Amino acid sequence: MSIIVQLMLLFLIVCAIAVCVTKSLLTSVVIYMAYSMIMSVIWITMESPDLAITEAAVGAGITSLLLFLALKKIHAIDARNEVRRQHAEVKRGGDEHGEE
Amino acid sequence: MAKNNWLTRMNDWLSDEEGALERTMEAAQEQEAAPDIEQLTPAEIRWAQEELEEEKRIEARMKDWTEKTASPAARVVYNLMCVLVCVTMIGLLLYTVTALPAFGDPNHPINNEVSARYIEKGLQETGAVNIVTGMILDYRAFDTLGESSVLFTAAMVVLFLLRKDKESAKYSQLAKAMEDNPHSDTYYEPKNDIILQKTATILVPIVLLLGVYVVLNGHLSPGGGFSGGAIMGAGLILYVTAFGFAKMRRFFTYKTYQRIVLVALLTYAISKCYSFYTGANHIESIIPLGTPGAILSSGLILVLNICVGFIVTCTMYCFYAVFRKGEL
Repeated sequence: MSIIVQLMLLFLIVCAIAVCVTKSLLTSVVIYMAYSMIMSVIWITMESPDLAITEAAVGAGITSLLLFLALKKIHAIDARNEVRRQHAEVKRGGDEHGEE
Repeated sequence: MAKNNWLTRMNDWLSDEEGALERTMEAAQEQEAAPDIEQLTPAEIRWAQEELEEEKRIEARMKDWTEKTASPAARVVYNLMCVLVCVTMIGLLLYTVTALPAFGDPNHPINNEVSARYIEKGLQETGAVNIVTGMILDYRAFDTLGESSVLFTAAMVVLFLLRKDKESAKYSQLAKAMEDNPHSDTYYEPKNDIILQKTATILVPIVLLLGVYVVLNGHLSPGGGFSGGAIMGAGLILYVTAFGFAKMRRFFTYKTYQRIVLVALLTYAISKCYSFYTGANHIESIIPLGTPGAILSSGLILVLNICVGFIVTCTMYCFYAVFRKGEL
Protein backbone atom coordinates (compact mmCIF):
# COMPACT_ATOMS: atom_id res chain seq x y z
CA MET A 1 0.00 0.00 0.00
CA SER A 2 1.33 3.39 -0.92
CA ILE A 3 1.64 6.28 1.50
CA ILE A 4 -1.27 8.10 -0.15
CA VAL A 5 -3.67 5.23 0.51
CA GLN A 6 -2.46 5.04 4.12
CA LEU A 7 -3.02 8.78 4.50
CA MET A 8 -6.54 8.43 3.10
CA LEU A 9 -7.30 5.56 5.49
CA LEU A 10 -6.06 7.73 8.36
CA PHE A 11 -8.34 10.52 7.11
CA LEU A 12 -11.28 8.07 7.22
CA ILE A 13 -10.57 7.25 10.87
CA VAL A 14 -10.29 10.94 11.76
CA CYS A 15 -13.56 11.65 9.91
CA ALA A 16 -15.37 8.78 11.64
CA ILE A 17 -14.32 10.06 15.06
CA ALA A 18 -15.11 13.67 14.14
CA VAL A 19 -18.65 12.73 13.07
CA CYS A 20 -19.31 11.34 16.55
CA VAL A 21 -17.63 14.16 18.42
CA THR A 22 -19.00 17.27 16.68
CA LYS A 23 -21.92 18.95 18.43
CA SER A 24 -23.55 20.45 15.32
CA LEU A 25 -25.57 17.97 13.27
CA LEU A 26 -24.98 20.01 10.11
CA THR A 27 -21.20 19.74 10.53
CA SER A 28 -21.55 15.99 11.05
CA VAL A 29 -23.30 15.60 7.71
CA VAL A 30 -20.64 17.66 5.92
CA ILE A 31 -17.88 15.53 7.46
CA TYR A 32 -19.81 12.44 6.37
CA MET A 33 -19.77 13.77 2.79
CA ALA A 34 -15.99 14.20 2.98
CA TYR A 35 -15.74 10.63 4.27
CA SER A 36 -17.72 9.33 1.29
CA MET A 37 -15.62 11.25 -1.24
CA ILE A 38 -12.35 9.86 0.14
CA MET A 39 -13.93 6.41 0.35
CA SER A 40 -14.77 6.55 -3.36
CA VAL A 41 -11.14 7.42 -4.16
CA ILE A 42 -10.06 4.43 -2.07
CA TRP A 43 -12.47 2.20 -4.04
CA ILE A 44 -10.71 3.31 -7.22
CA THR A 45 -7.28 2.41 -5.78
CA MET A 46 -8.76 -1.00 -4.90
CA GLU A 47 -9.73 -1.40 -8.58
CA SER A 48 -13.50 -1.32 -8.17
CA PRO A 49 -14.64 1.73 -10.17
CA ASP A 50 -18.26 0.47 -10.13
CA LEU A 51 -18.38 0.94 -6.39
CA ALA A 52 -16.54 4.26 -6.63
CA ILE A 53 -19.21 5.75 -8.92
CA THR A 54 -22.03 4.55 -6.69
CA GLU A 55 -20.30 5.75 -3.53
CA ALA A 56 -19.73 9.22 -4.98
CA ALA A 57 -23.31 9.56 -6.26
CA VAL A 58 -25.21 7.97 -3.38
CA GLY A 59 -22.93 8.40 -0.36
CA ALA A 60 -21.64 11.90 -0.99
CA GLY A 61 -24.63 13.15 -2.97
CA ILE A 62 -28.09 11.84 -2.29
CA THR A 63 -27.76 10.45 1.25
CA SER A 64 -26.31 13.73 2.48
CA LEU A 65 -29.08 15.67 0.71
CA LEU A 66 -31.73 13.55 2.40
CA LEU A 67 -29.98 14.05 5.75
CA PHE A 68 -29.95 17.83 5.16
CA LEU A 69 -33.68 17.71 4.42
CA ALA A 70 -34.34 15.69 7.57
CA LEU A 71 -32.37 18.27 9.59
CA LYS A 72 -34.46 21.00 7.99
CA LYS A 73 -37.65 19.16 8.95
CA ILE A 74 -36.64 19.14 12.61
CA HIS A 75 -35.54 22.81 12.38
CA ALA A 76 -31.90 21.96 13.02
CA ILE A 77 -30.55 24.08 10.13
CA ASP A 78 -33.00 26.96 9.91
CA ALA A 79 -30.75 30.02 10.07
CA ARG A 80 -33.68 32.17 11.11
CA ASN A 81 -34.16 30.10 14.25
CA GLU A 82 -30.59 30.79 15.25
CA VAL A 83 -31.00 34.53 14.69
CA ARG A 84 -34.29 34.59 16.58
CA ARG A 85 -32.64 32.77 19.44
CA GLN A 86 -29.83 35.33 19.56
CA HIS A 87 -32.37 38.16 19.47
CA ALA A 88 -34.27 36.56 22.31
CA GLU A 89 -31.06 36.04 24.31
CA VAL A 90 -30.01 39.64 23.78
CA LYS A 91 -33.44 40.89 24.72
CA ARG A 92 -33.61 38.77 27.84
CA GLY A 93 -30.03 39.65 28.81
CA GLY A 94 -30.95 43.31 28.39
CA ASP A 95 -34.01 42.85 30.59
CA GLU A 96 -32.04 41.19 33.34
CA HIS A 97 -29.32 43.81 33.47
CA GLY A 98 -31.80 46.62 33.20
CA GLU A 99 -30.27 47.99 30.00
CA GLU A 100 -32.59 49.27 27.33
CA MET B 1 -55.61 17.95 -28.59
CA ALA B 2 -53.53 16.42 -25.85
CA LYS B 3 -50.61 15.92 -28.19
CA ASN B 4 -50.85 19.50 -29.34
CA ASN B 5 -50.74 20.63 -25.73
CA TRP B 6 -47.69 18.57 -25.02
CA LEU B 7 -45.94 19.88 -28.14
CA THR B 8 -46.60 23.52 -27.28
CA ARG B 9 -45.35 22.98 -23.76
CA MET B 10 -42.21 21.28 -25.09
CA ASN B 11 -41.70 24.20 -27.44
CA ASP B 12 -42.08 26.69 -24.59
CA TRP B 13 -39.56 24.81 -22.59
CA LEU B 14 -37.02 24.58 -25.42
CA SER B 15 -37.35 28.22 -26.40
CA ASP B 16 -36.82 29.37 -22.84
CA GLU B 17 -34.18 32.11 -22.99
CA GLU B 18 -32.48 34.73 -20.89
CA GLY B 19 -35.50 37.00 -20.56
CA ALA B 20 -37.76 34.34 -19.10
CA LEU B 21 -35.38 33.72 -16.22
CA GLU B 22 -35.29 37.35 -15.16
CA ARG B 23 -39.06 37.66 -15.49
CA THR B 24 -39.72 34.64 -13.29
CA MET B 25 -37.17 35.95 -10.79
CA GLU B 26 -38.91 39.28 -10.48
CA ALA B 27 -42.33 37.68 -10.26
CA ALA B 28 -41.14 35.24 -7.64
CA GLN B 29 -39.54 37.96 -5.54
CA GLU B 30 -42.73 39.96 -5.56
CA GLN B 31 -44.78 36.91 -4.65
CA GLU B 32 -42.81 35.35 -1.88
CA ALA B 33 -41.08 38.09 0.00
CA ALA B 34 -40.02 36.07 3.01
CA PRO B 35 -40.07 37.95 6.32
CA ASP B 36 -36.85 39.83 7.02
CA ILE B 37 -34.70 38.59 9.87
CA GLU B 38 -33.95 42.06 11.14
CA GLN B 39 -37.57 43.13 11.47
CA LEU B 40 -38.95 40.80 14.08
CA THR B 41 -42.45 41.33 15.32
CA PRO B 42 -43.03 41.18 19.10
CA ALA B 43 -45.03 37.98 18.58
CA GLU B 44 -42.09 36.31 16.90
CA ILE B 45 -39.70 37.33 19.65
CA ARG B 46 -42.15 35.97 22.20
CA TRP B 47 -42.33 32.73 20.24
CA ALA B 48 -38.54 32.38 20.27
CA GLN B 49 -38.39 33.11 23.99
CA GLU B 50 -41.08 30.54 24.74
CA GLU B 51 -39.20 27.96 22.70
CA LEU B 52 -35.98 28.71 24.59
CA GLU B 53 -37.68 28.41 27.96
CA GLU B 54 -39.33 25.15 26.94
CA GLU B 55 -35.92 23.78 25.96
CA LYS B 56 -34.42 24.77 29.31
CA ARG B 57 -37.36 23.17 31.16
CA ILE B 58 -36.84 19.92 29.27
CA GLU B 59 -33.11 19.97 30.03
CA ALA B 60 -33.76 20.53 33.72
CA ARG B 61 -36.32 17.73 33.81
CA MET B 62 -33.89 15.36 32.11
CA LYS B 63 -31.16 16.18 34.61
CA ASP B 64 -33.62 15.72 37.45
CA TRP B 65 -34.76 12.39 36.13
CA THR B 66 -31.28 10.97 35.64
CA GLU B 67 -30.26 12.05 39.12
CA LYS B 68 -33.34 10.83 40.96
CA THR B 69 -34.24 7.53 39.31
CA ALA B 70 -30.86 5.83 39.75
CA SER B 71 -28.82 5.53 42.93
CA PRO B 72 -25.19 6.69 42.68
CA ALA B 73 -23.90 3.13 42.92
CA ALA B 74 -26.16 2.01 40.05
CA ARG B 75 -24.95 4.90 37.93
CA VAL B 76 -21.32 3.86 38.46
CA VAL B 77 -22.25 0.31 37.43
CA TYR B 78 -24.05 1.57 34.32
CA ASN B 79 -21.07 3.66 33.26
CA LEU B 80 -18.68 0.77 33.85
CA MET B 81 -20.91 -1.56 31.83
CA CYS B 82 -21.05 0.93 28.95
CA VAL B 83 -17.28 1.16 28.78
CA LEU B 84 -16.93 -2.60 29.11
CA VAL B 85 -19.40 -3.38 26.29
CA CYS B 86 -17.78 -0.81 23.96
CA VAL B 87 -14.25 -2.04 24.63
CA THR B 88 -15.33 -5.67 24.10
CA MET B 89 -17.01 -4.82 20.80
CA ILE B 90 -14.00 -2.83 19.54
CA GLY B 91 -11.65 -5.62 20.60
CA LEU B 92 -13.74 -8.30 18.87
CA LEU B 93 -13.94 -6.31 15.63
CA LEU B 94 -10.21 -5.54 15.61
CA TYR B 95 -9.43 -9.21 16.27
CA THR B 96 -11.65 -10.23 13.33
CA VAL B 97 -9.90 -7.73 11.06
CA THR B 98 -6.46 -9.11 11.96
CA ALA B 99 -7.71 -12.63 11.18
CA LEU B 100 -8.79 -11.64 7.63
CA PRO B 101 -6.56 -12.80 4.77
CA ALA B 102 -4.36 -10.16 3.16
CA PHE B 103 -5.72 -7.99 0.35
CA GLY B 104 -5.10 -9.58 -3.06
CA ASP B 105 -3.99 -12.92 -1.59
CA PRO B 106 -4.35 -15.67 -4.27
CA ASN B 107 -5.20 -18.26 -1.57
CA HIS B 108 -8.09 -16.10 -0.37
CA PRO B 109 -11.13 -18.30 0.45
CA ILE B 110 -13.36 -16.24 -1.87
CA ASN B 111 -11.20 -17.23 -4.84
CA ASN B 112 -13.16 -20.45 -5.38
CA GLU B 113 -14.75 -22.09 -8.43
CA VAL B 114 -17.66 -19.59 -8.53
CA SER B 115 -15.54 -16.50 -9.17
CA ALA B 116 -13.28 -18.50 -11.48
CA ARG B 117 -16.35 -19.40 -13.54
CA TYR B 118 -17.49 -15.75 -13.66
CA ILE B 119 -14.08 -14.56 -14.81
CA GLU B 120 -13.40 -17.33 -17.33
CA LYS B 121 -16.83 -17.86 -18.90
CA GLY B 122 -18.61 -14.60 -18.04
CA LEU B 123 -17.85 -12.85 -21.31
CA GLN B 124 -18.81 -15.90 -23.33
CA GLU B 125 -22.08 -16.58 -21.52
CA THR B 126 -23.41 -13.07 -20.90
CA GLY B 127 -21.68 -11.05 -23.62
CA ALA B 128 -20.91 -8.27 -21.16
CA VAL B 129 -17.34 -6.92 -21.09
CA ASN B 130 -17.93 -5.57 -17.57
CA ILE B 131 -17.99 -8.74 -15.47
CA VAL B 132 -19.74 -7.01 -12.55
CA THR B 133 -22.74 -6.09 -14.71
CA GLY B 134 -22.77 -9.55 -16.24
CA MET B 135 -22.99 -10.95 -12.72
CA ILE B 136 -25.70 -8.70 -11.29
CA LEU B 137 -27.91 -8.49 -14.39
CA ASP B 138 -27.52 -11.98 -15.82
CA TYR B 139 -26.44 -14.63 -13.32
CA ARG B 140 -28.13 -12.82 -10.44
CA ALA B 141 -30.74 -10.76 -12.29
CA PHE B 142 -33.47 -12.02 -10.00
CA ASP B 143 -31.73 -10.48 -6.97
CA THR B 144 -31.57 -7.17 -8.80
CA LEU B 145 -35.32 -7.34 -9.50
CA GLY B 146 -35.80 -7.74 -5.74
CA GLU B 147 -33.57 -4.70 -5.10
CA SER B 148 -35.54 -2.57 -7.55
CA SER B 149 -38.79 -3.67 -5.90
CA VAL B 150 -37.38 -2.72 -2.48
CA LEU B 151 -36.56 0.77 -3.78
CA PHE B 152 -40.04 1.04 -5.28
CA THR B 153 -41.66 -0.08 -2.00
CA ALA B 154 -39.58 2.42 -0.02
CA ALA B 155 -40.70 5.21 -2.36
CA MET B 156 -44.33 4.09 -1.98
CA VAL B 157 -44.10 4.17 1.82
CA VAL B 158 -42.49 7.63 1.77
CA LEU B 159 -45.33 8.79 -0.49
CA PHE B 160 -47.98 7.30 1.83
CA LEU B 161 -46.49 8.99 4.85
CA LEU B 162 -45.42 12.38 3.56
CA ARG B 163 -47.40 13.21 0.43
CA LYS B 164 -49.85 16.09 0.72
CA ASP B 165 -52.78 16.84 -1.57
CA LYS B 166 -55.78 19.15 -1.53
CA GLU B 167 -57.64 16.87 0.82
CA SER B 168 -54.98 16.39 3.48
CA ALA B 169 -55.47 19.82 5.09
CA LYS B 170 -59.17 18.98 5.42
CA TYR B 171 -58.68 15.68 7.21
CA SER B 172 -55.38 16.00 9.03
CA GLN B 173 -54.92 18.63 11.72
CA LEU B 174 -51.17 18.31 11.46
CA ALA B 175 -51.16 19.12 7.73
CA LYS B 176 -53.44 22.11 8.33
CA ALA B 177 -51.25 23.36 11.15
CA MET B 178 -48.17 23.01 8.96
CA GLU B 179 -49.76 25.03 6.19
CA ASP B 180 -50.94 27.81 8.50
CA ASN B 181 -47.83 28.01 10.65
CA PRO B 182 -45.37 30.60 9.30
CA HIS B 183 -42.51 28.78 11.06
CA SER B 184 -43.15 25.50 9.23
CA ASP B 185 -40.35 24.50 6.88
CA THR B 186 -42.61 24.29 3.84
CA TYR B 187 -43.43 27.99 4.18
CA TYR B 188 -40.08 29.22 2.96
CA GLU B 189 -39.35 28.44 -0.65
CA PRO B 190 -35.73 29.13 -1.53
CA LYS B 191 -35.40 32.50 -3.18
CA ASN B 192 -34.25 32.48 -6.78
CA ASP B 193 -30.49 32.32 -6.44
CA ILE B 194 -28.76 33.66 -9.56
CA ILE B 195 -25.42 31.92 -8.85
CA LEU B 196 -27.13 28.59 -8.32
CA GLN B 197 -29.25 29.03 -11.45
CA LYS B 198 -26.33 29.89 -13.73
CA THR B 199 -24.26 27.03 -12.32
CA ALA B 200 -27.17 24.63 -12.77
CA THR B 201 -27.65 25.77 -16.38
CA ILE B 202 -24.10 24.62 -17.12
CA LEU B 203 -23.99 21.55 -14.87
CA VAL B 204 -27.40 19.89 -15.24
CA PRO B 205 -27.01 18.83 -18.92
CA ILE B 206 -23.53 17.46 -18.23
CA VAL B 207 -24.67 15.52 -15.16
CA LEU B 208 -27.69 14.08 -16.98
CA LEU B 209 -25.55 13.15 -19.99
CA LEU B 210 -23.01 11.43 -17.75
CA GLY B 211 -25.86 9.49 -16.14
CA VAL B 212 -27.21 8.39 -19.51
CA TYR B 213 -23.69 7.36 -20.59
CA VAL B 214 -23.13 5.31 -17.43
CA VAL B 215 -26.50 3.55 -17.83
CA LEU B 216 -26.13 2.78 -21.54
CA ASN B 217 -22.51 1.63 -21.22
CA GLY B 218 -23.20 -0.45 -18.12
CA HIS B 219 -22.18 -3.67 -19.89
CA LEU B 220 -19.00 -2.15 -21.37
CA SER B 221 -17.51 0.16 -18.76
CA PRO B 222 -17.80 0.58 -14.97
CA GLY B 223 -21.23 1.59 -13.78
CA GLY B 224 -24.69 0.39 -14.64
CA GLY B 225 -28.32 1.02 -13.90
CA PHE B 226 -28.02 1.89 -10.24
CA SER B 227 -25.02 4.23 -10.38
CA GLY B 228 -26.22 5.92 -13.56
CA GLY B 229 -29.69 6.30 -12.10
CA ALA B 230 -28.28 7.87 -8.95
CA ILE B 231 -26.28 10.35 -11.07
CA MET B 232 -29.36 11.30 -13.11
CA GLY B 233 -31.42 11.61 -9.93
CA ALA B 234 -28.79 13.99 -8.52
CA GLY B 235 -29.02 16.01 -11.75
CA LEU B 236 -32.81 16.31 -11.42
CA ILE B 237 -32.45 17.34 -7.77
CA LEU B 238 -29.96 20.06 -8.75
CA TYR B 239 -32.41 21.29 -11.41
CA VAL B 240 -35.34 21.47 -9.01
CA THR B 241 -33.24 23.17 -6.32
CA ALA B 242 -32.19 25.87 -8.76
CA PHE B 243 -35.40 26.46 -10.70
CA GLY B 244 -38.18 25.36 -8.37
CA PHE B 245 -41.01 22.90 -8.57
CA ALA B 246 -43.15 24.88 -11.03
CA LYS B 247 -40.58 24.43 -13.81
CA MET B 248 -40.00 20.80 -12.90
CA ARG B 249 -43.71 20.01 -13.16
CA ARG B 250 -43.69 20.94 -16.83
CA PHE B 251 -42.06 17.63 -17.67
CA PHE B 252 -42.11 15.56 -14.47
CA THR B 253 -45.27 15.18 -12.41
CA TYR B 254 -46.62 12.54 -10.09
CA LYS B 255 -48.29 10.88 -13.08
CA THR B 256 -45.02 10.74 -15.02
CA TYR B 257 -43.36 9.18 -12.01
CA GLN B 258 -46.07 6.52 -11.69
CA ARG B 259 -46.01 5.62 -15.37
CA ILE B 260 -42.23 5.45 -15.74
CA VAL B 261 -41.70 3.33 -12.64
CA LEU B 262 -44.60 0.99 -13.44
CA VAL B 263 -43.49 0.41 -17.02
CA ALA B 264 -39.84 -0.08 -16.01
CA LEU B 265 -40.63 -2.55 -13.21
CA LEU B 266 -43.07 -4.50 -15.39
CA THR B 267 -40.59 -4.69 -18.27
CA TYR B 268 -37.94 -5.98 -15.90
CA ALA B 269 -40.26 -8.53 -14.28
CA ILE B 270 -41.64 -9.82 -17.59
CA SER B 271 -38.21 -10.17 -19.20
CA LYS B 272 -36.91 -12.12 -16.20
CA CYS B 273 -39.95 -14.14 -15.13
CA TYR B 274 -39.18 -16.96 -17.53
CA SER B 275 -36.77 -18.26 -14.88
CA PHE B 276 -39.83 -19.28 -12.84
CA TYR B 277 -41.25 -21.40 -15.62
CA THR B 278 -38.00 -23.19 -16.35
CA GLY B 279 -37.48 -24.25 -12.74
CA ALA B 280 -35.06 -21.37 -12.09
CA ASN B 281 -32.74 -22.87 -14.69
CA HIS B 282 -31.13 -20.50 -17.05
CA ILE B 283 -32.32 -20.89 -20.64
CA GLU B 284 -30.98 -19.46 -23.84
CA SER B 285 -32.05 -15.88 -24.45
CA ILE B 286 -33.82 -15.32 -27.75
CA ILE B 287 -31.96 -12.02 -28.12
CA PRO B 288 -28.55 -12.65 -29.71
CA LEU B 289 -25.56 -11.71 -27.54
CA GLY B 290 -23.88 -9.76 -30.33
CA THR B 291 -20.21 -8.81 -30.53
CA PRO B 292 -18.72 -8.16 -27.10
CA GLY B 293 -17.73 -4.52 -26.88
CA ALA B 294 -20.46 -3.16 -29.16
CA ILE B 295 -23.11 -0.94 -27.59
CA LEU B 296 -25.91 -3.21 -28.84
CA SER B 297 -24.68 -6.43 -27.34
CA SER B 298 -25.06 -8.78 -24.38
CA GLY B 299 -28.74 -9.57 -24.91
CA LEU B 300 -31.12 -8.46 -22.18
CA ILE B 301 -28.54 -6.67 -20.02
CA LEU B 302 -28.89 -3.36 -21.86
CA VAL B 303 -32.70 -3.38 -21.49
CA LEU B 304 -32.52 -4.30 -17.82
CA ASN B 305 -29.90 -1.58 -17.20
CA ILE B 306 -32.20 1.04 -18.72
CA CYS B 307 -35.13 -0.18 -16.58
CA VAL B 308 -33.10 -0.06 -13.36
CA GLY B 309 -31.75 3.36 -14.35
CA PHE B 310 -35.27 4.77 -14.78
CA ILE B 311 -36.50 3.31 -11.49
CA VAL B 312 -33.53 4.66 -9.52
CA THR B 313 -33.69 8.12 -11.12
CA CYS B 314 -37.39 8.55 -10.40
CA THR B 315 -37.13 7.16 -6.88
CA MET B 316 -34.23 9.43 -5.92
CA TYR B 317 -36.05 12.50 -7.19
CA CYS B 318 -39.29 11.35 -5.53
CA PHE B 319 -37.54 10.98 -2.17
CA TYR B 320 -36.14 14.50 -2.45
CA ALA B 321 -39.38 16.14 -3.56
CA VAL B 322 -41.59 14.43 -1.00
CA PHE B 323 -39.16 15.14 1.85
CA ARG B 324 -38.80 18.73 0.80
CA LYS B 325 -42.36 19.74 0.00
CA GLY B 326 -44.69 16.81 0.47
CA GLU B 327 -45.61 16.56 -3.22
CA LEU B 328 -44.04 15.84 -6.58
